Amino acid sequence: MDQLDYLEAKSIHILREAYREFKNLCMLWSIGKDSTVMLWLARKAFFGHAPFPLVHIDTNYKIPAMIDYRDRMAREWKLNMVYGQNTEALKNKMTFPDGAIDRIACCKALKSEALKHTLSGEWTRWRMNHETGEYEEDSNKEPYTGVIVGARADEEGSRSKERYFSPRDKQSDWDVDDQPPELWSYYKTDFAPGTHVRIHPLLDWTELNLWEYIQREQVPIIDLYFDQGEGTRYRSLGCLPCTLGVQSTAKNVDEIVEELRSGKFSNVAERSGRAQDAADGNSLETLRRDGYM
Amino acid sequence: MTEMATRKSEERMNLVIVGHVDHGKSTVIGRLLADTGSLPEGKLDQVKAMCERNSRPFEYAFLLDALKNEQSQGITIDTARCFFKTEKRHYIINDAPGHIEFLKNMITGAARAEAALLVIDAEEGIQENSKRHGYMISMLGLKQIAVLVNKMDLVKYEQTVFEKIVKEYSEFLGHLGVHPTAFVPVAAREGDNIASSSLRMPWYEGLTVLGQVDSFTRPEGNLDQPFRLPVQDIYKFTAQGDDRRIVSGTVETGTAKVGDHVIFYPSGKETIIDSVERFNAPETTEVHADEAVGITMSTEIYIKPGELMCRADELKPNVGRRFRANVFWMGRAPMIAGKQYKLKIGATKVATELAAVESVLDASELESNHNKQLLDRHDVGEILLETHRPIAFDRRNDIEPTGRFVIVDDFEIAGAGVILERVTETDSIFDRQIKQREFSWEAGEVSPADREQRFNHKGKFIIVAGEPGSGRRNLAKKVEKHLFDQGFNTYYFGITNQFGDLDQHGTIGTIQRDRQIEILGELARIMTDAGLLFITTLTDIDEFDLNKLRKLNEPNEVFIVSLGDPALGSSAIDVQIETDPETDAAVRKVVDELTSQQVFMDFSI
Repeated sequence: MDQLDYLEAKSIHILREAYREFKNLCMLWSIGKDSTVMLWLARKAFFGHAPFPLVHIDTNYKIPAMIDYRDRMAREWKLNMVYGQNTEALKNKMTFPDGAIDRIACCKALKSEALKHTLSGEWTRWRMNHETGEYEEDSNKEPYTGVIVGARADEEGSRSKERYFSPRDKQSDWDVDDQPPELWSYYKTDFAPGTHVRIHPLLDWTELNLWEYIQREQVPIIDLYFDQGEGTRYRSLGCLPCTLGVQSTAKNVDEIVEELRSGKFSNVAERSGRAQDAADGNSLETLRRDGYM
Repeated sequence: MTEMATRKSEERMNLVIVGHVDHGKSTVIGRLLADTGSLPEGKLDQVKAMCERNSRPFEYAFLLDALKNEQSQGITIDTARCFFKTEKRHYIINDAPGHIEFLKNMITGAARAEAALLVIDAEEGIQENSKRHGYMISMLGLKQIAVLVNKMDLVKYEQTVFEKIVKEYSEFLGHLGVHPTAFVPVAAREGDNIASSSLRMPWYEGLTVLGQVDSFTRPEGNLDQPFRLPVQDIYKFTAQGDDRRIVSGTVETGTAKVGDHVIFYPSGKETIIDSVERFNAPETTEVHADEAVGITMSTEIYIKPGELMCRADELKPNVGRRFRANVFWMGRAPMIAGKQYKLKIGATKVATELAAVESVLDASELESNHNKQLLDRHDVGEILLETHRPIAFDRRNDIEPTGRFVIVDDFEIAGAGVILERVTETDSIFDRQIKQREFSWEAGEVSPADREQRFNHKGKFIIVAGEPGSGRRNLAKKVEKHLFDQGFNTYYFGITNQFGDLDQHGTIGTIQRDRQIEILGELARIMTDAGLLFITTLTDIDEFDLNKLRKLNEPNEVFIVSLGDPALGSSAIDVQIETDPETDAAVRKVVDELTSQQVFMDFSI
């Protein structure tokens, strides 16, 4: 087995463990490469099926191609596709693009808050009806007690402290300083009522591993990651106003792999194009303690 | 694909670094990062300049502070990771906190590692945590260990100091069966023997720390050991016309292939591997250690998640309810006798109790205390555990991955351990409890014989076992009605009134259900003692459940009517109903058997 085989096997084991242990399980799908690989791994783990809802938090400011891609894949793979949104903040124009609040506060409102209340079932969930191809209000309002997330330890400092199975309390807070032990293949799958567990099958993967895997498996990835001839591409996807492309002429997966291995990005952090990280030295840990993914 | 696309992914190795507080772990890591050029550009100069501004001497440990931004109390709170790279491979160092309060974090870090660096201060020598960490590392099963005797500059690079520590610590680890790969004398602050050989210690001829980690090998899957596949789940996804029934899990050790004769433990069910299922991968007929696999079987056998799949031609696992183990305890509340815990081993979960503490090890002195009867937080003990139903396992010395477990207390993983051996189950906690109950049972002035005289029959616990839809409930009710009309004292107990899990498919072996069985058994003991013909229905009842009910119902007896419950072995059945259970003939068959077993007084029929 090579490095990718080990990573794949471990991720599959974690996904199967999650599927067995959590009755109300969902997977967060951000449409980006990480969670798309994670979705692919789920189809590996469950032999072509993705037997739980895929939840997307739609900030309404996502790069439009992301929504098209999401719905196309949902139809093709017959996904149980669900999305949630902070409709209040959008309606009242309490967002950064509207000039009302700063970037961090915007992330908190459109992502963290929307996520928290979508997971808990307090806010409306929209679910794809495969017969009509349209989204409808989801009648299932039960809170998700297990949430599969594509966080990686190498992304930045706070994620390196994560567990594969990471408990969140009733307020979705993460107690970084008092985490459960994790050893061998035994994880925290027992939880008190009202709490939930985040599950991280990609914790050990690096950005390069992901692209190598996409290359090996030919995972269909959204083409925003590739240069379309303008000399720029996205390295990390997010909201249009806060996500910058990078200067790169990588036009396909092979070229991205090479760029990460030995090319211009072999020593540059992946999230360098995310403006909210720069806004506050510790922002991602602050956001994560607060429920951000 | 291009040529570069086919290149193998770069090799990566997880290291854990442990040691007593202030023995210099952070300095070692800072040095490793700096000397391998793994620091972000300008970081070293930045930290040096900061030290100069604050007029404090530069320390490599400050680099980590600057990198991790998490050292609020001057101690590493959690396992955090640092990355460095040599020509051979990429490394991830899990920096495990030395402080005892964070033992569970240290364990988490060490459990993810493939090799360990253990740091000991040359001047302070072996301290409590040097020993405790050595013990944890041995229990976790790490085989590749380099002991770094640090701060050699403080002892003037004296060979005798180094050798004294080597001797003492080797002896300590030797008791645990651990043999370090190497001892390296280093002065991390000065860089001696970290990346390049020290000129100040010409007497040391071994590898540098970097040379040592590069000489570690990635542990390969245990292909040569017997095949062990803990069954994580059994899938039957019906979506899009998929009718495969796939047994899935991660292979711990060994190999198996299509056509192999396999046995599931503890049920003992046997079958043949029919196919290996994969998604978006070339077809294969074999599975190997470390792979997350899916397998279909040539026959439809009744097995459940949590069982251990083994090959019939290889070493059999142990099956039992009692074993001796080494356990370390991390829970805030101590581990005590008389309390029910959850044991997770392989893919199974089962209720467990502490049967006895044989000794508690004082990790600092490595002396055993034989008087203690509980495990406090951070204790390491040799204990006897008893589970509420049989489990399959191996001795840790035979097959490591299937010989280790964790103990859950109140939602948290509170203990972890390795199995030393199976112990026979005579005088189990369960047996003792029943003996105790019978010994102190307070009876009234009416004896069972008096009741028999009056009622014209014995008390009996009648179980009608069958799958949902088999007609089990209707048969049970008809038997009740028939017996009642004959003038007997009988009661049909609708099982779902109290215990939903006992009449449902797929709940067998769960802790909740095991608990329900126990309560039902106690209830039956009272009802049969009252002289009743106590009738109920069960689904998915196996031999073990049945024995438990029999014991709990003692001194009265259980009578089994089976409608073909697949979990039930044939030996235990009193009446097998093969015809339509909702006919009078079926009722007649049950009553005839009760008659022939002399449940009724002769004249009453």
